[in-house]
Amino acid sequence: MLKRVTRLVPRACQLDPGHFLHGGPQAPQSLAARLDDQVPDENPRAGSHPSEDDPVRTFNEACLMVRRPALELLRHLDDTNFAHPAVRYVLYGEKGTGKTLSLCHVVHFCAKRDWLIVHVPDAHLWVKSSRGLLRSAYSRRRFDQPVEAANWLKSFKTANERFLSQIKIQETYMWNKRESTEKGRPLGEVVEQGLTRVKNATDAVGIVLKELKSQSCSGAFRLLVAVDGVNALWGRTTLKREDKSLMAPEELALVHSLRKMVRNDWHGGAVVLALSQTGSLFTPRMACLPQELLGKEGFDALDPFVPILVSNYSPEEFESCIQYYLENSWLQHEKAHTEEGKKELLFLSDANPGQLERLCAYL
Amino acid sequence: MATPCVSCGAAAFYRLFLGGRVSLTRRQGVWKAGAVELQTGTGFQILRLRHTTGVTTKKNVAALRRETYTVDFIKKQIEEFNIGKRHLANMMGEDPETFTQEDIDRAIAYLFPSGLFEKQARPVMKHPEQIFPKQRAIQWGEDGRPFHFLFYTGKQSYYSLMHEAYGKLLEAEKRQNQLQAKGLFSEKTETKDLIGSRWLIKEELEEMLVEKLSDQDYAQFIRLLERLLTLHCGAEEEFVQRFRKSVTIQSKKHLIEPVQYDEQGMAFSTSEGKRKSAKAEAVVYEHGSGRIKVNGIDYLLYFPVTQDREQLMFPFHFLDRLGKHDTTCTVSGGGRSSQAGAIRLAVARALCSFVTEEEVEWMRQAGLLTADPRVRERKKPGQEGARRKFTWKKR
Repeated sequence: MLKRVTRLVPRACQLDPGHFLHGGPQAPQSLAARLDDQVPDENPRAGSHPSEDDPVRTFNEACLMVRRPALELLRHLDDTNFAHPAVRYVLYGEKGTGKTLSLCHVVHFCAKRDWLIVHVPDAHLWVKSSRGLLRSAYSRRRFDQPVEAANWLKSFKTANERFLSQIKIQETYMWNKRESTEKGRPLGEVVEQGLTRVKNATDAVGIVLKELKSQSCSGAFRLLVAVDGVNALWGRTTLKREDKSLMAPEELALVHSLRKMVRNDWHGGAVVLALSQTGSLFTPRMACLPQELLGKEGFDALDPFVPILVSNYSPEEFESCIQYYLENSWLQHEKAHTEEGKKELLFLSDANPGQLERLCAYL
Repeated sequence: MATPCVSCGAAAFYRLFLGGRVSLTRRQGVWKAGAVELQTGTGFQILRLRHTTGVTTKKNVAALRRETYTVDFIKKQIEEFNIGKRHLANMMGEDPETFTQEDIDRAIAYLFPSGLFEKQARPVMKHPEQIFPKQRAIQWGEDGRPFHFLFYTGKQSYYSLMHEAYGKLLEAEKRQNQLQAKGLFSEKTETKDLIGSRWLIKEELEEMLVEKLSDQDYAQFIRLLERLLTLHCGAEEEFVQRFRKSVTIQSKKHLIEPVQYDEQGMAFSTSEGKRKSAKAEAVVYEHGSGRIKVNGIDYLLYFPVTQDREQLMFPFHFLDRLGKHDTTCTVSGGGRSSQAGAIRLAVARALCSFVTEEEVEWMRQAGLLTADPRVRERKKPGQEGARRKFTWKKR
């Protein structure tokens, strides 16, 4: 399903419940060509790989369904008091119910409102097989992941171009004997440094996150931290050290910095997290509750949080999803238009968005 | 092998056979396996036959002919059967006078329990007439003259039957002509018993006549009987009925489960289903929204594969009741596909109680109510699997 959600290019639409906000029924790997002038910072990502089954290209637009959990979250976000510590919202639910897309919806909402977005599309990718693992220069115990860090920096840059020049760092950072970034330089330079010197990418990520956290309290901007597959941060990894022993997630620098980010010891923003069993390692298939997926450690770290359950489609949502497919001529079967066909689809997919999408894929 | 000429005639006989038949043929002839020892004596050689393995596979000509049972033999068997029946009744503690064949069957099944699948291979005790095939007594008298006038046709019973039937046909036609001449001819209604019965098949007719028939003979006979039926005469009905067998209608055998009512007054019905080694029990509620719970888990999570969910959908979709019933099932054993099949059968059977007779018949014809008899076939020795043979190597 959703492998790499990057950004959604929205069409200008109001956010009414039940209304079909043009987002995407499936993960848009590349963005639509239409740019919105209201959101100039979201540009098509040059580095992503558009896949042939990408509905963004098929439908020539990226559409999302506005659903109740997302709306609830947005209402909460509207009411946040930025003087208080950041509230953590956790989206959980069965497989395929739409947690990741709700997250995207929230990200898009905040982007439109000019928040600074720290979005990790899939934290599971960081703990699974990655080729380059280096010993961290900053801390002896930890390991760097240059490839993932560089990718993330790229996406961060494209998402938040505006802010990169506005925010100034508050400390001097020495990369190595020759290079350093002075205090007062824009954050963009740190990002550039990370991108050009891939070896320092992980440290650059750490610095960016630290700076953002400390500066969001000042009130210059609102910070949204959105992480998908957050149970990866407290699970197990499949990465091995040089002596072939398994690594714990704490030993990865990226995971470490992200964990610090997700703590609620800062204010001026919000943290929205989504759990995911699909990419997680060593978790049973039926696990979907926060308790089971996060484990004791994760649960304690994230406690207190606001859990938001994402469930299957309601009858109206199901109906509107079918209508969307029919309008875009996605369903070619002659029975798809009829009532019996719809009932069959409802039964077979049990109103689960993921299942329905898979079924309609070959209809 | 090179055998020198020996004077002994008997030895020559053996030599012929040994020289001729080397390959093992069971078809004809007699061969004796034997190792022949050549002993060089003083001047001439003697062949001494030594039997190592005395395998004699002689074609038993008598056994290939049908076993003939004499009338005395059959009579003796009948007496023994009756005595045995009384002994059995005594053993079971029942009254020997009123001991029927079903009682005998039950007693034998109790005393000799058998796990064989083939019902005809199990121990059976029946009247000798049902066990020994019917045989014809000697057809000719002491002077060599045959009893039946049609003996020299070769199929005397068949031709006599045809003769009789044709005679009846002619009589019926004559009667009809007479009635028509008198003007008393009335159209009779169709005989109703044609529907629930069928003609005897050729094997059954052969068994009845104790004679071999050809396909054309059989067809001719059936045509004659049908022609007789078209004439609608009362006297011939019994004659024709002898050659018809009734056919039971399948669907009448189904029991329809009664609808039960639980505490809230909601109507529901329970039934079971099996497939391979999976057993399922389904409770279908009459009014609902199409939710299904299997072992307490939602069916979408229990059967992640679409194929299994399609199996569950089949009974509801067939009856057009997709979103109308709630179901709760428990299933155990088997694999995912057989569990799905077992639940499907259980649900179809449970739905029978909410549905009209006609729809039950449609379901039966669609195969929803039949338990799938396929089980895993046993692996045989000498083969790699049930059917797969070992790789054949030419050399």
